[in-house]
Amino acid sequence: MVKPMLPTPAPAAAAPLPAPTEAVLTVAGVSLTFGDNHVLQDFSLTLNRGQNIVVLGKSGAGKSVLIKCIIGLLKPDAGTITVLGQDVGALDHAGLDRLRTKLGFLFQSNALYDSMTVRENLLFPLRRQWLAHTPTQENELVQQALTDVGLADTAALLPAALSGGMRKRIALARTLILRPDIILYDEPTTGLDPITGREIDHLIRAVQAKYNTSALIISHDLACVRLTADRVVLLAEGRCYAEGTYAELSANEDPRVHDFFI
Amino acid sequence: MSVTTLLAETGTITRFAGRFFREGFRPRYEWQELLYQCYAVGYQSLPLVGITGFIMGLVLTLRLRPTMVQFGAESWIPVMVGLTIIQELSPIITGLMVAGKVGSSIGAELSSMRVTEQIDAMDVSGTNPFKYLVVTRVLATTLMVPVLTLLSDAIGLFSAYVGVNMQGSTSLMLFVNHILGRLTYGQVLPAVAKTFFFGFAIGLISCYKGYYASNDTAGVGRAANSAVVAGSLAVFLLDLVAVLVSTALGLI
Repeated sequence: MVKPMLPTPAPAAAAPLPAPTEAVLTVAGVSLTFGDNHVLQDFSLTLNRGQNIVVLGKSGAGKSVLIKCIIGLLKPDAGTITVLGQDVGALDHAGLDRLRTKLGFLFQSNALYDSMTVRENLLFPLRRQWLAHTPTQENELVQQALTDVGLADTAALLPAALSGGMRKRIALARTLILRPDIILYDEPTTGLDPITGREIDHLIRAVQAKYNTSALIISHDLACVRLTADRVVLLAEGRCYAEGTYAELSANEDPRVHDFFI
Repeated sequence: MSVTTLLAETGTITRFAGRFFREGFRPRYEWQELLYQCYAVGYQSLPLVGITGFIMGLVLTLRLRPTMVQFGAESWIPVMVGLTIIQELSPIITGLMVAGKVGSSIGAELSSMRVTEQIDAMDVSGTNPFKYLVVTRVLATTLMVPVLTLLSDAIGLFSAYVGVNMQGSTSLMLFVNHILGRLTYGQVLPAVAKTFFFGFAIGLISCYKGYYASNDTAGVGRAANSAVVAGSLAVFLLDLVAVLVSTALGLI
């Protein structure tokens, strides 16, 4: 059932992408507190066009909270988040919906709609965004997205009939169908075996190469970080504790940073 | 549950209802999903409501008959049964059946969608999940419970006719005319009107329980369970209110 997907480009460590300059996502001084728990404290980062940034951190460090603030599912207590030149906090619901057509979000749990087939899952965001397509165009878009993730024959299946790795790919296909400029990946390899995890990592790279997307990837899987990151940000105590390439951070002797790369 | 918790919960449900009215009648309207939910709530509950309605009418007739015969009021059986079914039994039984079948289903569905982040995914897809999931379901139960009740009325009355004929002989026309001749709009309309409130309460409570379920698998079970319990209790409370209001207005 699994068909050849997008050609996998060489890993970042072997062939780094040219340094991009246009910022597509800026997080500036963002803080968020739940009760007494200061999840994010004056956190900042900048993502440039065509770049992949991995946010690395321990469980409960606030990585998923950060990504939900960026997509507008959570509202930070302080700071600003600018996506493609628009201040997320200043947008009304309609503005946020328009912005979200440019933002893809791959949920940790995949969040596929159980009651819908793969095809219906892919068509859902397309139809909800008032994007007028003829049935022929819809079929082409669905088929293209499924082919991109190597699962061209799964359109009629329900999510329950798919393996964990296949569901992850379908979730990515659902994200790709709107041709987003930025994709947010929330722990894309969590719960997958190492081989499937690496396939997803290569797929993330392949999507970046084909569609020139930028990506913010939340992960604590070192192999994923090594294969997908142009830059790595270490999130600790709600702050950006360290930032650099994978090679730079893995050579860092600060015990806190070093612990991640053992 | 402490009094404070109960009051806090009531306040939250009231705010949830307020949000329903605020968002429910503003575009974008989810007609397709509303029609599907009407089908799911109405058509798929019909067998259950039909069977319970039939049994209800038959049992009531067979139980009443000896007493009515004892008092020489056998000819009043159709009116007695008809009034009881239309005014009380059918709305209550239908409400309870819908609270059990549909309420638990809505509670479990929405809570599992919450746990698996499907509601967040909907939000990210440019869909207002409250309108798509909550408003459509609440409207569907509000519209379908009265329809199901009317069908249950008809089935219950037919089974009462069967019950009468099991130990006697009456034509269907005579039976129906006997009931219709005694019924007034003042008796029927409040009985129908209250079922809109039953449906609204069942939909609202089960959506609330599912939509704000705790983010774990145990939360799914709790949401389904509490949707049924709270929905059923709401049906009885609303029925009490309806009887008190009808009495005050002199409709009974």
